Amino acid sequence: MCLAIPGQILELIPGPPLLALVDVTGVRRKVDLGLLVDENPVPGDWVLIHVGFAMSKISEQGAHEQMQMLRMLGEDEAAMEEVSGYGQGVSTSP
Amino acid sequence: MKYVDEFRDPAAIAQTAAEIRRIADPERHYRLMEVCGGHTHAIYRFGLKDLLPDNVELVHGPGCPVCVLPMGRIDDGLAIAAQPDVIFTAFGDMMRVPGANGSPLEHKARGMDVRIVYSPADALKLAENNPEKHVLFFAIGFETTAPSTALTLLRARDKSLHNFSVFCNHVTIIPAIRAILDSPDMRIDAFLGPGHVSTVIGCRPYTWIAESEHKPIAVSGFEPLDLLQSIVMALRQLNDGRAEVENQYQRVVPWDGNRAALRAMAQVFELRPYFEWRGLGFISQSALRIKDEFSEWDAEHRFQVPGVRVTDPKAAQCGEVLKGVLKPSQCKLFGKECTPEHPIGALMVSSEGSCAAYFNYEHRKSGELVGIGA
Repeated sequence: MCLAIPGQILELIPGPPLLALVDVTGVRRKVDLGLLVDENPVPGDWVLIHVGFAMSKISEQGAHEQMQMLRMLGEDEAAMEEVSGYGQGVSTSP
Repeated sequence: MKYVDEFRDPAAIAQTAAEIRRIADPERHYRLMEVCGGHTHAIYRFGLKDLLPDNVELVHGPGCPVCVLPMGRIDDGLAIAAQPDVIFTAFGDMMRVPGANGSPLEHKARGMDVRIVYSPADALKLAENNPEKHVLFFAIGFETTAPSTALTLLRARDKSLHNFSVFCNHVTIIPAIRAILDSPDMRIDAFLGPGHVSTVIGCRPYTWIAESEHKPIAVSGFEPLDLLQSIVMALRQLNDGRAEVENQYQRVVPWDGNRAALRAMAQVFELRPYFEWRGLGFISQSALRIKDEFSEWDAEHRFQVPGVRVTDPKAAQCGEVLKGVLKPSQCKLFGKECTPEHPIGALMVSSEGSCAAYFNYEHRKSGELVGIGA
């Protein structure tokens, strides 16, 4: 529920809403940057992602430590399942 | 400590654990509550209790959103979804939580259109792609998740999307802490403050805990070293007779929180006069409802909601466990009728629930030890 997943902004997708293509250990998904509007996010920035929204900027080292911690918690698979799931299952067929 | 070698900086962990043993006054018993369910999971997973002296006790708090949701709200959400042409969406955590007539997943098996989404934005997208259907998003979570729901509602209004609504079950952490402090059977000496909730609300909302209630609070990260350092902070405060808000998780938590997130929440939500929490009862001003100007996207406004109230199974003692009065293993159903495979109470469903965490790491471990010894 409260997974915070680290990722790196690859490119901004002009809005509104402000979105970005974000890389999470090789998986690339669109993430909403609406909660970071005060922080001027740019490509190369590292962010913590929660339910499809970037919630804070972090350092690159912080991002690696966060991913390592998810592995230690045994939640790395759940995190990747979440990221892979962004934008999926939104079509008409169940 | 089975996992200690895998930790980053094991030397620092050993040193911090030694510091805890050194400063813990043998004449005192310390009861520290970790408010956040993510912390509960980490504490069991990392076996941190094994590093603490017996007189430093960790009590598990109410910070697991799935666990504190009253069963009736699940039934209410499913009652809306039972109407024609409604698609029920929720995070995966919700899918196995039992309502009085089964979980969302069991309703799906009976033919209801139930879908897991990983983001409220995807529920909105589903509505855009299915104009002939109504998409209901079952929203749960503390302040970590509520801003994302708020932004999604703002986007729904911007897009004039009329076939989308939110069944709002967002709760706020501060009133829950207040309820725990007001509860006569709770004796908590200090708090480990939630990490990700605090990225949103910051540290300022906790100052009353220190100033009015004279209890220390250390906002904590999730790594073993973070949690141990936060315990040191809390013990030092208790030993010195201080009560302050300290921020151990400064690398992620700004003192003032995330202002954009707080703005979005203030735009869309207002406090409910009261809301029911599983195990804690009704707590005033403890949850969020959608403001009238967004009522078109408020499922409680658009649909008849039965307002179901379901009492938990009598034998289950979720409430006592949730308040930290009983340990998970002291519940009559623990590990017998109620297991992660067949949960009866919500505390056994979520990995952040103390019963599931206890079962997966303590109960199974002791089972293995018995197996080896036999």
